[in-house]
This record gives sequence, C-alpha cells and structure tokens, in this order.
Amino acid sequence: MKHLIRLSITLWFALFLRTVGAADLQVFACEPEWAALTKELAGTHAQITTATTARQDPHHIQARPSLIARLRRADLAVCTGAGLETGWLPMLQRQSGNAQVQTGRPGLFEAAMQVTRLEVPESVDRTQGDVHPEGNPHVQTDPRRIAQIAVALSARLKQLDPAHGNDYDARLADFSRRWSTAIQRWEQQAEPLRGQRVVVHHKSWVYLFDWLGLQEAGQLETKPGVPPSAGHLAELKAELSARPALMVIRAAYQDARADEWLARETGIAAVELPFTVGGSEAAKDLFGLFDVTLSRLLQVPQ
Amino acid sequence: MKCGKLLFAACAALPAFAQAADTGFNPNIALILSGTYGDFESDPEAYALPGFPLAEETGPGEEGFSLGESELSLSANIDPDWYGLLTVALTGEGSAEVENAFVQTTGLGNGLTLRAGRFFSGIGYLNEQHAHAWDFVDAPLVYRAMLGNQLGDDGVQARWLAPTDLFLEFSAEWLRGEGFPAGGGDNDGRGSWSAFFHLGDDLNESHSWRAGLSYLSAKSAERETASEYGEDLFSGDSDLIIADFVWKWAPEGNGYERNFKLQAEYIQRQDEGEFTPAETDTLPLDVTSDGWYVQAIYQFVHGWRVGLRHSRLKADEPGAAYAGTVLDTQGHDPSVNTLMVDYSNSEYSRLRLQFSRDESTAESDNQWLLQYQMSLGAHGAHSY
Repeated sequence: MKHLIRLSITLWFALFLRTVGAADLQVFACEPEWAALTKELAGTHAQITTATTARQDPHHIQARPSLIARLRRADLAVCTGAGLETGWLPMLQRQSGNAQVQTGRPGLFEAAMQVTRLEVPESVDRTQGDVHPEGNPHVQTDPRRIAQIAVALSARLKQLDPAHGNDYDARLADFSRRWSTAIQRWEQQAEPLRGQRVVVHHKSWVYLFDWLGLQEAGQLETKPGVPPSAGHLAELKAELSARPALMVIRAAYQDARADEWLARETGIAAVELPFTVGGSEAAKDLFGLFDVTLSRLLQVPQ
Repeated sequence: MKCGKLLFAACAALPAFAQAADTGFNPNIALILSGTYGDFESDPEAYALPGFPLAEETGPGEEGFSLGESELSLSANIDPDWYGLLTVALTGEGSAEVENAFVQTTGLGNGLTLRAGRFFSGIGYLNEQHAHAWDFVDAPLVYRAMLGNQLGDDGVQARWLAPTDLFLEFSAEWLRGEGFPAGGGDNDGRGSWSAFFHLGDDLNESHSWRAGLSYLSAKSAERETASEYGEDLFSGDSDLIIADFVWKWAPEGNGYERNFKLQAEYIQRQDEGEFTPAETDTLPLDVTSDGWYVQAIYQFVHGWRVGLRHSRLKADEPGAAYAGTVLDTQGHDPSVNTLMVDYSNSEYSRLRLQFSRDESTAESDNQWLLQYQMSLGAHGAHSY
C-alpha cells in the first residue's frame, strides 16, 4: 500500500513536471498559421500546441475537453481574434482556470488586432450573415500583414520570456529578412494576376485580394456563413456569363461541391487553396503556404 | 500599401497598425426566442409519473401554441479577474424568472475557478446546459423525475482543472437547497451540496469524449410537490449518484457537413425521510429509484439533424401504506421513446419537429411538438 501511494505521488509529479517544466514558454496556437509563426520566432524556446487543423473551419470548433486541458497550461495563446474564435475560445478561457490567457492579459495575443482590418461594418445586422464587428478576421492570407504581426508577436514573446530577449530579436531579424525577400518574389510571380476577377466560396480572401490586386467577382455563400443555395448559384452563373471570371477559390476545409458545379457550368477553374499551414502537403510552413497559394493561382491559364 | 517592396522595419512602423478599438458591445446581449406547438393524445395538464413526485412545470409540455424557453442573457468580463452572467427566462405565462445570475473568477489561475450566485449545477452532463442547447425540445424522462428537469439553485461552486494532458476536473458545490430534489432551503439555506469530476480527451482528430461521475446530497424541509391527488410534502435526505458519458464524432474534426453525438446518463436517487401524501398521514419513506437515458444525434447533411432518445425509469416500491398515492408505482416502469428532426437555416435559427411515444403510465400517449429556436445578438459560445 505504501508503495502504491509513493508510486502514485511520483507519477503525479512526473506528469506535473513534464507539462510545466519542459520548455520556456507553453504556447497554445488557435490556428496552424500562428503556430508556424510562433515556431519561426521562438524556435526551441516555445512548446507549441495547435488547437485546429487546416481541415477544420476555425469559426466552428467544439470547446472540447482536450482543448481546455491544453489552454490550462498555456503561458501564451496566439489566436486570430477579431471575432473568429468567438464560438469557442471564450468557453475555453472561462473553463481553463488560467488567468494568463484571459482577454486583456499579455498571455492572449490576437493577430488580427495588430493590423488594419478590412470590411469593418458600419452596423452588424445578421441579415448580412456572420459578419464580425471587428472586420474580416482572415488576415493570414496577406504576407505583408503577417510581417507586421511577426513584429508584434516577437515583442510579446520577449515580454513574457525576457530572459531570451536577444534570441527573439535575432530570430525576428532573420525571419523578417527571409520573409521580405519571399514577398518580393511572390509579388513578381503574381504580376499576371493583377486585376483578374475571381469568385470566392466564403469571404476568406479579402486580404489576399488586397495584396495581389485581384477583383472579387462574387461569393458562393449567399451571405458569410450561410451555405450556397441553388438560386444564388444560378444568379452567379448568369452574372459570370455576362462578365467572366478566371476561377473560383475555396479553402481546404470547405465543401467543394458548389465550386465544382459552378466550374462545370461556366467553364472557369475551381481551385482549392491551403488557406493555412497544413492545407496542402507542400504548405508545411508559412513560406510553403504562399508558395503553394501562388503556384495554384498561377496554374490557371490567364 | 506595397509593404513587400519596402524595408520590413519601415513597413511595420506604419501608424495604422495600432490596436483598433473593440467595436463589440459590452456587455454581450444574447436573446433566445423559442416557441412550441404541441399536440397530445392525453391532457398534459393531468400528466403523472407513478412513483415519482414531480416538481413544478415538469410535464411533457403545453398543448397548442405556447412560448417556450425564451431567454435574455447579459454577460461580460467585469474586470480582468471576474466574469458575470445574467439570464432571465420568459415563461409562457408572461412572467420573467431569473434562471442564472452569477459571477465567476477568471484571474485565480492554477486551474481554479470559483463561482457564486444562481446557476445550473454542474452535476451530470445535460444539467448545466441551457434548454436551447438541448438536442430535444424537452429534458429526458430521467431528468424530469430526478432533477425536476434541471437543477438550478443559489450557492457557490469551485472547480479545479488538473495540469495534465488528459482533461481532469474536480468540482464541488454548496447550494441553498431550494432546487428540486431539495426543497425548503433546509439547514438555514445551506441544504444541498455536490461533488463531481469529469475526464475527457480526444481519441484522434475525429473522435472526442467526456465522462463524469457526480454525487448530490439534497435536504428537504417540507418540500411541496403537486400531483393529481393534491399537494404532497417531503422532509428528509435525497442522495443522487449520476454517471454521464458523451462521445462526439466529426470527420477530421470538421463537423460542418456531418457529425454525430452519442450521450448517456444514469441517475440513482435514494429518498429517506418522512413523506406526507395528499390528504394522508405522514409516513416514513426509504426508497431507491433509478433511471437512465441514451440518445444519438446525427447531422447527415449541413443544416439537417435527426435524433433518437430512449429514457427509462424504475421506481422503488415504497410499501403498502403508499397505495393510491403519488408514490404508488402501479407496477409500471415508465419509459419514453423520442424521435426528432431539426433544420438550421444558419447557426442562429432552428426549427424542430419531435415525436414521443410516452409510456409514463400504463396508458401510452403519442406526443407531437413543433419548435422554433432563434438566437439574436452575441454568439453564445457553447460548452462541449
């Protein structure tokens, strides 16, 4: 009996120490793109857990017990914010018993709130669908905004882990150099896309369009978050026959059927983009994400 | 903004990147509008469950048109350390009733959360969820009999979440003792307490689960319940044990198109004390009754779900002296089978049709319910 008690106490502490003492910072990333960015900026100083995958819709995530348990131990939660996780993150925060990751604390980093957001509505009316009062949250489709977010995130990492401040500075400088070189390359590649008309599945791409100068030729969803309807698709088809578009794009997690129907009916290309890290095999990190995005957009004959 | 062609540092220093003001409302306002249309073979006003004294408003529903669980919620983070919520439920009779009004810590850390005020007890799985988050119009039969549909009370709650990979949560509550199966606020308004723990995890990306075990001690001081025979009184102790389990599936964790949920709960209740059936003398009582339900919900295409629920009760025989009273089991084990289908036009609106084959008594009843549920204002984040 004594043995058993000693064993269970040892096990308990082993469990505790493993989860508390492993890395300098425990980071809970709401989406894969922020896990990838944190990895670029923190290297081995952060142990990162990612709450969602590229196959999941970050608007609709269950507040699962496993996520609560992971947030409970986090020093820093890196999320998109701007209302994207409003259906699940507040529940995780309240159930986690973790003071550090509450809204307003340094332990919660909201990426979208670090940059200028587009589509900030003048009024929020649900007849317009799932619109966010803070504006469109899908900022990770613009690498220029990721560059700005990197600066703010690095500062936050330094604030929470001042002992490794120099490392964070060095990693930010290195990432920024590689990133701006990559942006230049992508912008040159994307030159033929400028001014092209593209249909979107959901309003996920406004920042990508802002960056590359693409024109939105319509969306498949009737309203943001409201699935495509037959009537709306027929209208869109008629519009496109009058004013053609180059392609229809969707994120890896979205249902392809409406996109493929439109592609068949109008002869435009249906393109799946990774949307985040892990959304395709080659999109292993942030660089891969934009390499794949650009190459898929450019595959469509201009 | 051609940042990519600018130097990185210059790009990052543009003034527009300052934190924008949060344009959300404070506090968050969420309004649930709900209503039902019911069609029953037997008069629901005369509903009885042999062997079980029933709390108020615990029948199968209202016949015809009626306002369901419409409710208004205000919630907000009060300051960095506190969160507060008020939910006022509008009953069919047009009165308003405070369903939840509590404050909760967010700043204690170390996995600890304290709550004080009026709230739904965290025992079991379904009990803590608001009616609009239920998958059926009504609570399962076993909740109707054992918890008066749902146990809400005034008191305090403490939760502690272990710092482990496995979700492991220990909780306890100390309550006033007004919420059924307690009654009368015994022990000077400290009549009930509970303890429960939950564990849960993901099996992989597609499968997740949570299991729980709860204990509730509820004291009653002249608890009043009404039945077809008149008013009954109970003074004594009720001890409940609840085991609950829920398992959810969504392909690769993406439940947008298809998802599945299986949930089951078992409740055992021992009532020991003195019972005064209507127009009868007080009698000693010691009965242990139990019951369970199991339900499955399947979303087969975006917006459309079907559900099946079976719930069953077994009342203990209280003895010959109770013949002809509300506690007389009439040798019948009550059960209900329920089928539902619902459609959501968006995540804010839902229409539901439900059919129940109710065998609460030896005479079975076919019950149809049509319900709308609309959510206005802030998205409420739903618990697992």
